[in-house]
Amino acid sequence: MDLSYSDEEKAFRAEVRAFLEEKLPKEMSDKIRKGEELGKDGQEQWHAILNAQGWLAPNWPKKFGGAEWNAVQRHIFEEEAAAAYAPRILPFGLSMLAPVLQKFGSQEQNDYWLPRILSGEDWWCQGYSEPGAGSDLASLKTEAVLNDEGTHYIVNGQKTWTTLGQHANMIFCLVRTDKTVKQQEGISFLLIDMDTPGVEVRPIILLDGTHEVNEVWFSDVKVPVENLVGKENEGWTYAKYLLTHERTNIAGVGFSQAGLTAVKRIAKAEMSGGKPLMQNPHFAARVAQVEIDLMAMSTTNLRIVSKAAAGAAPGVESSMLKVKGTIIRQEINDLARRAAGAYAMPFASEAIEGSNLALPDPLNAGPVAAQYFNNRKLSIFGGSNEIQRQIIAKTTMGGGA
Amino acid sequence: MNFDLTEERQMLQDSLRRFLRDKYDTAARNKILESDTGFSADIWNGLAELGVIGALFTEDQGGFGGAGFDIAVVFEELGRAGVVEPFLDTAILGGGLIADLGNDDQQAHVEELIGGALQVAFAHGEPTSRYDLNQVTSTAKVDGDNVVLNGRKAVVVNAENADMLIVSARESGEAGDENGISLFLVPADTKGITLQGYALLAGGRAAEVTLDDVTVPASARLGEAGKAFKAIEARVAAANVAICAETLGAMETATRLTREYLMTRKQFGKPIGTFQALAHRMSDLLIEMEQARSAVIVAAGNLEAEYKARETHISAAKNLLGRAGRLVAEDSIQMHGGIAMTQEYELAHIAKRIIMADHRFGDTDHHLERFIALAAA
Repeated sequence: MDLSYSDEEKAFRAEVRAFLEEKLPKEMSDKIRKGEELGKDGQEQWHAILNAQGWLAPNWPKKFGGAEWNAVQRHIFEEEAAAAYAPRILPFGLSMLAPVLQKFGSQEQNDYWLPRILSGEDWWCQGYSEPGAGSDLASLKTEAVLNDEGTHYIVNGQKTWTTLGQHANMIFCLVRTDKTVKQQEGISFLLIDMDTPGVEVRPIILLDGTHEVNEVWFSDVKVPVENLVGKENEGWTYAKYLLTHERTNIAGVGFSQAGLTAVKRIAKAEMSGGKPLMQNPHFAARVAQVEIDLMAMSTTNLRIVSKAAAGAAPGVESSMLKVKGTIIRQEINDLARRAAGAYAMPFASEAIEGSNLALPDPLNAGPVAAQYFNNRKLSIFGGSNEIQRQIIAKTTMGGGA
Repeated sequence: MNFDLTEERQMLQDSLRRFLRDKYDTAARNKILESDTGFSADIWNGLAELGVIGALFTEDQGGFGGAGFDIAVVFEELGRAGVVEPFLDTAILGGGLIADLGNDDQQAHVEELIGGALQVAFAHGEPTSRYDLNQVTSTAKVDGDNVVLNGRKAVVVNAENADMLIVSARESGEAGDENGISLFLVPADTKGITLQGYALLAGGRAAEVTLDDVTVPASARLGEAGKAFKAIEARVAAANVAICAETLGAMETATRLTREYLMTRKQFGKPIGTFQALAHRMSDLLIEMEQARSAVIVAAGNLEAEYKARETHISAAKNLLGRAGRLVAEDSIQMHGGIAMTQEYELAHIAKRIIMADHRFGDTDHHLERFIALAAA
């Protein structure tokens, strides 16, 4: 047992910190600190900065152009990035699709798609959920039928909750290619160019006024057979593989740490009874309670991450991290809106979308209530917390649960 | 003991519920939310005609209600439908203060207000006051027959639509003193008033109000100089009864929508409400609903009681509604899943109403501390 980082890990942290100090544009970190959306251009700019450093794909093997960091290095990077208010790296192409291609895709697919992900030439989005298939993903209905010539799939159906689909030119989809077998056995993994005729993206406005997710409709969309990943009807295996990757960073320790720092900053600015709110014992107790939980979770995360660094596949622990991680992040969002008092009430959506409309914000708190509402999604997407608990129960109690 | 509504209140509840069911669906409200004024004059006038504003004033004041139970009946229905029109600000707070403190000339505004023709806003909170009613730093200086007001008021709901502002300002003492606070009835177009308006997350609009040498005649003062604090506290007590009842109504809608969704949405081949993990959570929400209803009834029933009983029960209700409301809002969204996160779904707005109610006149923590202080007093 040794609770300290190794010298190599410390040197790595210093390197990351120096990089962020030098290369993270101030206007970008300001936006993230205030909880504003970065927009398409800003996101692409940040990806380009990381790519120039060779750090855009921390989890990819070096042979594909990745950094091939181990799990502890990735953790250190995430911690430093969150503390510096760096934008997140969008996961869709980099950490969702790419691992699937690398494991199950053909040589040609890897040679063609991976460099385009790194260069930003393609912006990917995820076509998994459907209106009738949420937690029960395997019941999806979007259908792909091979044409008579055997050259194209004809895709019909609808996907939903497609994050940032409005910016994307490519979508990876789970589609049904066999309706006669067990649900999980008739699903395929297909790459679809969103400029193909018949693809339509419709915005979904969320309760905080943001346009972050979309519906994507397919009517007779022609997809070349070369865009099938792996084997037909084996998409469910690939999907499950992808979901474990989606969950790798789900604890969100860095986000929580940055969030807690923000709560303390707001509570020092906000006055209550003529004193800073942070000096109110009741509020301070709430903050301390979350901080204690976060400290423990950070260690839980490191323990699991170290195991993964040693080569063990993350199993039930990633479900545990997702549940605890989202509870803590959501609690911190709750504290932030609580701290802001009446100044949590203004509708800051305009600020999020980057217009110049000035909102009163003497606490410099940012759109805390909007973030509180927006982050209710954390316990819903990527397998809801109920689904995660079911996985934990099934894994630990087998048929008994 | 009798927990039934009186016949008059039952009729008011029925007609209000019918009116809002017919005219205030999600689509209609979303249009109002996106409008420049943030409220619908048609709805306002329709509800005024129905007697909704009159029900919030006593007979002496020109209304036909005004008791805690009247306020609770009206606001529960407003909450159930997610109404964003500023009845709290114009009637309970603004109109209430004029009715409680005004001289005969000032009282004349109440009639106009009950008829629906006058909008008022209560400009009291300040950037550093949080939920403390006594933290007033805006100043009022007598200058001959006039009074000159200076300061800044924070998140003044309905300020842009208001014909008149009721402004609190200090004539003596220090921030934090109860003594020395006065109220002034100020026409909104008085020189020296600047509004910076914005929409609110849960609907409606508010503004930052800057008072820069705002000069009004001494006759604009409501009640005695420096003695407004107790009246403010009493009106905020009424406002908290209204907010708690409104939150209760919104929680009713949230749990109704959730129950219906659990019974119809199918995953894994069966309604999701048949999964025990969700069924038990729904049961917990229904248990908390009963707790919330009781807290609202007791707070409303004690609005006319002596100070300590009144304030204790109101702080108890605001604390309980804050906790139960958060549970209901969050769990309703969670049990729905993504659909509840979308602006066009009724629950999204209802959940915002429930949560943001905690940010007006004291959150759960503020009222817990207050409850403790009152018990020790």
